[in-house]
Amino acid sequence: MAEPVIKAENLSLTFETNDGPVHALKDISLAINKGEFVSFIGPSGCGKTTFLRVMADLEKPTAGTITVNGVSPEAARMARAYGYVFQAAGLYPWRTIGGNIRLPLEIMGYDKADQAERVKRVLELVDLAGFEKKFPWQLSGGMQQRASIARALAFDADILLMDEPFGALDEIVRDHLNEQLLKLWAKTNKTIAFVTHSIPEAVYLSTKIVVMSPRPGRITDVIDSPLPRERPLDIRDTPEFLEIAHRVRDGLRAGHAYDD
Amino acid sequence: MNWAVFALGFWGVAWWINLRLAKMPRSRVTSFAIPALFGITLLVLWEGAVRGFGVNPVLLPAPSAIAVRFATSIPILWTDFAQTFIKGALSGYLIGCGAAFLTAIAVDRSPFLQKGLLPVGNFVAALPIIGMAPILVMWFGFDWQSKSAVVVVMVFFPMLVNTVQGLQASDHMQRDLMHTYGASYPQALMRLRLPAAMPFVFNGLKICTTLALIGAIVAEFFGSPIKGMGFRISTEVGRLALDMVWAEIAVAALAGSAFYGCVAMIEKAVTFWHPSQRRG
Repeated sequence: MAEPVIKAENLSLTFETNDGPVHALKDISLAINKGEFVSFIGPSGCGKTTFLRVMADLEKPTAGTITVNGVSPEAARMARAYGYVFQAAGLYPWRTIGGNIRLPLEIMGYDKADQAERVKRVLELVDLAGFEKKFPWQLSGGMQQRASIARALAFDADILLMDEPFGALDEIVRDHLNEQLLKLWAKTNKTIAFVTHSIPEAVYLSTKIVVMSPRPGRITDVIDSPLPRERPLDIRDTPEFLEIAHRVRDGLRAGHAYDD
Repeated sequence: MNWAVFALGFWGVAWWINLRLAKMPRSRVTSFAIPALFGITLLVLWEGAVRGFGVNPVLLPAPSAIAVRFATSIPILWTDFAQTFIKGALSGYLIGCGAAFLTAIAVDRSPFLQKGLLPVGNFVAALPIIGMAPILVMWFGFDWQSKSAVVVVMVFFPMLVNTVQGLQASDHMQRDLMHTYGASYPQALMRLRLPAAMPFVFNGLKICTTLALIGAIVAEFFGSPIKGMGFRISTEVGRLALDMVWAEIAVAALAGSAFYGCVAMIEKAVTFWHPSQRRG
């Protein structure tokens, strides 16, 4: 068995605030293997985004250990081991779509010809060929988010960290992008960590679903999905799908139990 | 009296035409014609009132008299313009804004400067320019260098504050993105912080255009060689040659508007992406 791509052991993160410490993460242990699609689901405040940000070295854990590709998150970040997709597209409005996708490539020092070739390739991958010269504000929200995914795919990172990337989009666009994301995952064989608060989205996309609960942020259930890798949209009406969705819902409810 | 009646009649007709124009769909022609007609009407009213009521030219010369004085004094006006605007205002503007821009980057980088320098800058900005100008003339001499120094003092702080604010304009997510790429400080500065700061930077640059001209003219009241717009204004007032004063004011207004317009045009090209500049 190969070493997991992301491995967290007894990971905790406590924010010191004026109202006392907030336990964003408490004793999180989890391993993500190569090529897995792992969703993190839970109510707001359960630490799912914080956990993703720890993987990305955007937050520092206060206790426990975490490795990404076998090294510390900081070393992984400096080695450009992952692409990060935020809740909003966050494209730079002064750059064209092509320019935005070129941004990480310029910073990482890819040569000009390689940059152009990669921009063209990832734009095709997210169905945005022909939009290279447009500015972000000339595109719809869904197209902007696709461009931001293209930006995260442009360089050779085999991990993709996605923080509710489709949260702000309407359901029809979201379905479409979910389908595209699965195809993309199959084509690129990346390891994906995906934060969401939508049960159908988590079940539809993932090979592994991590259910989390708040105060303190912790993992209440880890579900290995029995669904096949090939998933048409109507798989969501099958009994297997509904059964997993049910288990996720139970997990979420259990996490909430001693709130009421 | 006929002149006054003519002016009032012209006003009425121009008003009527402008009302018609304003009702027409917006186009390049109407958006130019309406303010132009408005301006011409003001001049005609002014001319008519001065002629019709025989106003003393010391109190208010007629626009035609100012125009004649302007046309016959072009060499003097040009010398004054070169002395005050090009040598004094423009050099001070470039030095002051440039220094403020670089200081802003240093302030942004260092929390110590941010806490230490900004309050001091605030204090300096509160010093009255009327008090500072004679001191700077003492230090830097009567020629344009002291005018330039006054302009530097005047434009430095507004430019600094605007640029510092601009450098903080990029949002958290955009900065996190740079962080995930492992971008170095210069890379993040050139590719994110500075482009995001541009709307603020140009705001400062535009405010400073008018400040620069005011500073250069006022500074000449406290000592100057025998040329310059401020020098001319103060001496010609003494000689009751108010038409010359008005001609200098016209030069200042034209130069100031053109200066502002130039900066605004560059702004449009640089910050085309900003919601306030986007077309349609």
